[in-house]
Amino acid sequence: MAELYKRFGGGLSTILVALVGLWLIGMVLAPNIMMIDYALRPNLPPAQIGGPNDVYSLDNVLYLANEAVHRSIFFKTIWASALVAFVTFVLCYPLAFWLAQHATPGQTALALLALTIPFWINEVLRTLAWYILLAFRGPLNAVLLSIGIIDEPMRWYGNGGVLAGMVYAYILFMLFPIYNAIESLPKEQIEAGRDLGASTWRIHWRIVMPHAKAGIATGCVFTFMLAAGSYVAPALLGAPGSRWFTEIIYNWFFEGGDWNRGAAYALVLLVLCLFVVLVTLKLARVNLTDVAK
Amino acid sequence: MSHSVELQQVGMSFGATRAVGDVSFTVQGGEFFSILGPSGCGKTTILRMIAGFLQPTEGRILIDGKDMHGLGPNQRPTSLIFQTLALFPLMPVWENIAFGLEARGVSKVERRKKADELLALTALEGYGDRMPGELSGGQRQRVAIARALAVEPQVLLLDEPLSALDLKLRQHMRAELRALQKRTGVTFIYITHDQSEALAMSDRIAVMSAGVLQQVGAPRDLYDNPATPFVASFVGETNAISGKITALEGGVASIETGLGVLRGRVGPGASVGSNAKLYVRPEALTMASSGENTINATVERIDFEGAFALAHGKLDDGAALVASIPSIDLGKAPAIGGRASFAFDTRQGVVLADG
Repeated sequence: MAELYKRFGGGLSTILVALVGLWLIGMVLAPNIMMIDYALRPNLPPAQIGGPNDVYSLDNVLYLANEAVHRSIFFKTIWASALVAFVTFVLCYPLAFWLAQHATPGQTALALLALTIPFWINEVLRTLAWYILLAFRGPLNAVLLSIGIIDEPMRWYGNGGVLAGMVYAYILFMLFPIYNAIESLPKEQIEAGRDLGASTWRIHWRIVMPHAKAGIATGCVFTFMLAAGSYVAPALLGAPGSRWFTEIIYNWFFEGGDWNRGAAYALVLLVLCLFVVLVTLKLARVNLTDVAK
Repeated sequence: MSHSVELQQVGMSFGATRAVGDVSFTVQGGEFFSILGPSGCGKTTILRMIAGFLQPTEGRILIDGKDMHGLGPNQRPTSLIFQTLALFPLMPVWENIAFGLEARGVSKVERRKKADELLALTALEGYGDRMPGELSGGQRQRVAIARALAVEPQVLLLDEPLSALDLKLRQHMRAELRALQKRTGVTFIYITHDQSEALAMSDRIAVMSAGVLQQVGAPRDLYDNPATPFVASFVGETNAISGKITALEGGVASIETGLGVLRGRVGPGASVGSNAKLYVRPEALTMASSGENTINATVERIDFEGAFALAHGKLDDGAALVASIPSIDLGKAPAIGGRASFAFDTRQGVVLADG
């Protein structure tokens, strides 16, 4: 803080601090406090708000605990998000390694450009593109049919479609942290491993991955959080059997008209995500400051 | 007896750039062999070809008589010590040392035992559980050596491993490396740009310049009988006096220079009428106004080095001259700015045709 004042002077520094404070209070703190407030109060007709029945309780959270279908969708969302993170990692790691250690600068620029261009388009439209690709009479089925891999069109919407859509949507959040981490690994480390007779697998497991641990943890945490909070992909690419917890929350707000229960559900999701993130970082021995970098 | 390494007309091109061309030499088993040259001369390329990180585009490399063509670094009986050492920073010292054994499927108990033996060999007892980052430069150096020796290589390749150390430690590590090589009997191939390092440690030295092998020989041999102008000027300090060869007889060349006719031993490639230089070491020059070869110079400065002083002067043809004067003779040395005569024995001069 003192550093800030020294560099920018009193006036500008005060404005900067005020803006950051305003942003934190207005955009982060207030909505979350409101959400907690909503979550802990019952859903009452307007006339009774503030009346004797308007008391804090855990009823809304307990409702989720006792509602078997919602509960199973909740846990499915958690493990499916973990699966999304894992699949994204498996896809990104080889690519990140190649980009960081083997590709020429030209190849790297081209590959990163190709990966970034789709992100110039809105997430909804990108997911819509997958919606078209995966359609029953869509291009994917047409191609697979024509080369004879399948005999009749497949229904891709559902778990597979959601997984594909999410992996695609979050690939850069995984790729960049891992790429950055691996790029800082000196080539000699890998060569030393090879010279000492280690297999490719051992070199990755013992040398590259430990070095890139912070990047891997960061990518997984990002992807997991984004997947767990995702709405578009499950809404467009899902099927009734692949409901995502965010869809339930949406329904409480906009169809069930019960904001309090919706807020409670959102709160539970937030708390569990935070818990998963902190445990992951703890296991990877990475602290939050590393992630922020 | 550990393995010999033989290079047969080895060449390496990267695209249109020829990094190394037509290099042939044989390193005997158990020898301490250095490859000496300025940076960019291709010495590291040669080392990487022997290690298996690069496949030569021409020629063959044989280790213990076996062609290494197509074999990767993990399939060769060599171990490389990198310039940066490339210790694994996230593994404790003993795991670093035992990494090669781990890759060979040796059990953990055996690995730890072998690592402790090597720690003892390199005077690092008790450091096994430290992390590499907690060690000093010299200790890290030893860990790198222990790690390379753990896989029991026949040939140890060292890529300027001492260059990051300070002078005192470097001198100490030189002696240690030399002793270790004698004790283990492993063939050492040592890359360096530091000629005093190469002269002090090696059984034999290969001198490289611009991708071309200049000369292979024992340190004394390179110093006394340089085969090319590059070797004459790169290995040790020397004076070069330009001229034209006028006569060759009985192993002695006469060369017409701006300072008169001087005489020296005939080096390879000298022929009558060719442009050549006479090379003479600073310590071969004595302060004398008569003798076989006498040259005059203006003294510009005298650097006192302790046991001797280096007199820097300018010859009458404008070229620089360095003469080493024993400190006990400094009283007779000319004043700065004054004229001085130096003489040298014909056997101390070498005449080499300009390359």
